Amino acid sequence: MGKLKIKKHTNSLALTDSRLEKVTSWGGASRSEGWVFRPTTAAQLADVFALARREGVSVGLRGGGNSYGDAASNQNGIVLDLTRMKRILEWQPETGIVTVEPGVTLRELWEYTLADGWWPPVCTGTMYITIGGGAAMNVHGKNAFKVGTLGEHILEFDLMLSNGETITASRDENSDIFHAAIGGFGMLGCFTRLTLQMKRIYSGEVAVQIINSRSLSEMFAQFRDNVPTSDYLVGWVDCTATGKMLGRGEVHQANYLTAAQDRYPQATMQRDHQHLGDTLFGIVPRSAMWRFMQPFWNRPGIPWVNRGKYWSSRLKDGGRYRQPHAQFHFLLNYFPDWQKATGKGGLIQYQPFVPAAHAEAVFTTILQRCQAAKLAPYLGVLKRHRADPFLMTHGLDGYSFALDFKVTDSNRPQLVALCRELDALVLANGGRFYPAKDSVLRPEVAQAYLGDSAVQQFRMLKKRCDPDDIIQTNFWRRVFVPLAD
Amino acid sequence: MQTVDRPLEPTKKAIVVGASSGIGAALVRDLSARGYRVAALARREAELDAVCADADNATAYVHDVTDYEVVPELFQQIVRDLGGLDVIVYNAGVQPQVAADEYDFEKDHQMIAVNLLGAMAWLNQAAQRFDRTKGGSIAAVSSVAGDRGRSAFPGYHTSKGALSVYMESLRNRLAKRGANITTIKPGFVDTPLLENADKTFWVISAADAARQIVNAIEAGKQTVYVPGRWRWVMLIIQHIPSFIFRRMSI
Repeated sequence: MGKLKIKKHTNSLALTDSRLEKVTSWGGASRSEGWVFRPTTAAQLADVFALARREGVSVGLRGGGNSYGDAASNQNGIVLDLTRMKRILEWQPETGIVTVEPGVTLRELWEYTLADGWWPPVCTGTMYITIGGGAAMNVHGKNAFKVGTLGEHILEFDLMLSNGETITASRDENSDIFHAAIGGFGMLGCFTRLTLQMKRIYSGEVAVQIINSRSLSEMFAQFRDNVPTSDYLVGWVDCTATGKMLGRGEVHQANYLTAAQDRYPQATMQRDHQHLGDTLFGIVPRSAMWRFMQPFWNRPGIPWVNRGKYWSSRLKDGGRYRQPHAQFHFLLNYFPDWQKATGKGGLIQYQPFVPAAHAEAVFTTILQRCQAAKLAPYLGVLKRHRADPFLMTHGLDGYSFALDFKVTDSNRPQLVALCRELDALVLANGGRFYPAKDSVLRPEVAQAYLGDSAVQQFRMLKKRCDPDDIIQTNFWRRVFVPLAD
Repeated sequence: MQTVDRPLEPTKKAIVVGASSGIGAALVRDLSARGYRVAALARREAELDAVCADADNATAYVHDVTDYEVVPELFQQIVRDLGGLDVIVYNAGVQPQVAADEYDFEKDHQMIAVNLLGAMAWLNQAAQRFDRTKGGSIAAVSSVAGDRGRSAFPGYHTSKGALSVYMESLRNRLAKRGANITTIKPGFVDTPLLENADKTFWVISAADAARQIVNAIEAGKQTVYVPGRWRWVMLIIQHIPSFIFRRMSI
């Protein structure tokens, strides 16, 4: 009788040069270097934490790498890339409850559940975020005003702490950690298992309406009118328009279809039906589009791009059509790597969240100040939000205005100065900020919008979960470490 | 050391090898004034400490560049202390006095050991890192003396000529990996090394040379003469036929 061989798990990891990699922000405006590890199991994850402890280096967690700034970077430390922990552990098509590992992407999730009639409750503009990363950043979608952030649909998770121990948290168990780890930008521990409630759908399409907005003021009015009856609302803003047309743009309003409205749900709820398409006009590969965009992604060119989009919106005003979910949600994936069109300096996004009562006035002033500084954003996106129960949340009952700025070697100081000026305006009006998008937040601003009590509470939880401060990112060191002094 | 890095206002990190006097000391001051965090290396502790005391954000590491065995570990330690690495400048160099009829192997060996092998020991480490991290700048202070084999200092010319070729090889390896390699060829710079030069002209200060060198590194230049007019002089000198060159008193 042969002997059963038991393979002993050994930790032979080391910080070798072969692990060193460049780690860039999604916007490409900043880069860092780190020892990148890509565990596939929780045991390997624990090994990396043990290695960090042994070597005295920090560990930063990274999902799909879609954070615009430095929230998924850890300069000269270990970067835990979780994209290979991507098993769907359990799926209940009757209830829509799914349990996944942290590296499962939004795309993998909807591709898995769609045919059973379930869709992710919250979708970001890209389908390549991981669920772990989305939970850590507590991401939102175009339905934030109606269903809140992703965290509101998470039922339970397992979190591995930096000492290798795993705890379970839900609204009933370890509730404080549940509400702090979601939206805690990965600072308390690493999600190893997350359970979510998916959204029941009866069609693979949504009913979309295009509403042209001749000014920011009109867009706000359109949002107010449509919020009660919409499932999704998002506004594109031409940030280069001035005068009476300041903030002009286009609102996309969408609703789910009922069972009676889609005659062929079995066809529309197929993965192939959601395909974004490989080519534009059947000729130009979408993957090459950023090269065609590049000549226009500059100060003289971008107003023309915005004008073109605005006037085409005027022609399409009032148009209604049905669109597959994926095509409606994942606009950032239409042209892969489109952010490269901004050039080698990359881009940053500044996304303030402002209470509903002040949002219109604040965002109008923001647009005027950007234009006065000759730093008009290349892209502006308006969304409606609601408050949520998470400790470090960006969510509030109000609006957000996401502004993309091209970064060049020469405009960095002006951009920093402008953002500081805008910070003061946002803070004075009770606004908040969003780590997933941030590149400029300062410690005192974070303290002001979160409040002393929330910051203190988070620090205490951090001390409890990660007493030796093993888990860190560039964002954490930039914004929160100085607050401890 | 865990440092704060701001996406729009990054703190760059630099290593200067051979930093206790002359161009190296000026490089530490210049980089530091531009906001770099600098690791300064040299053999002479007192002089090095004085240089670092005079610069903001510079740390001294006493090191003999011919102590090749310690370089890999020391390099890793410094990079960890700095919190990363963006720029490395190899500036260590010796030029002992050599008489016109002197063929002293010890002196030649010393020049090759410091000017060339020390550079290879340090810059290989940086090259390996930048190869992985797809970025960074490597610079070495070679010399116009490396462009032609004059009769005056055979060992020195050889060491600098070989250093320039080594840098070109690094460039050809790493350019496609996103790293930038800059060969610096100073003319006469007002430094202790100048004491052994047989004749001098167009002498510039070490501070001026350092400013031009850092500008060149930041601009991603490949080969830069300091000051720039040496490019044209050396272009002519390089093309003088050998049978004429050996009859000239240059």
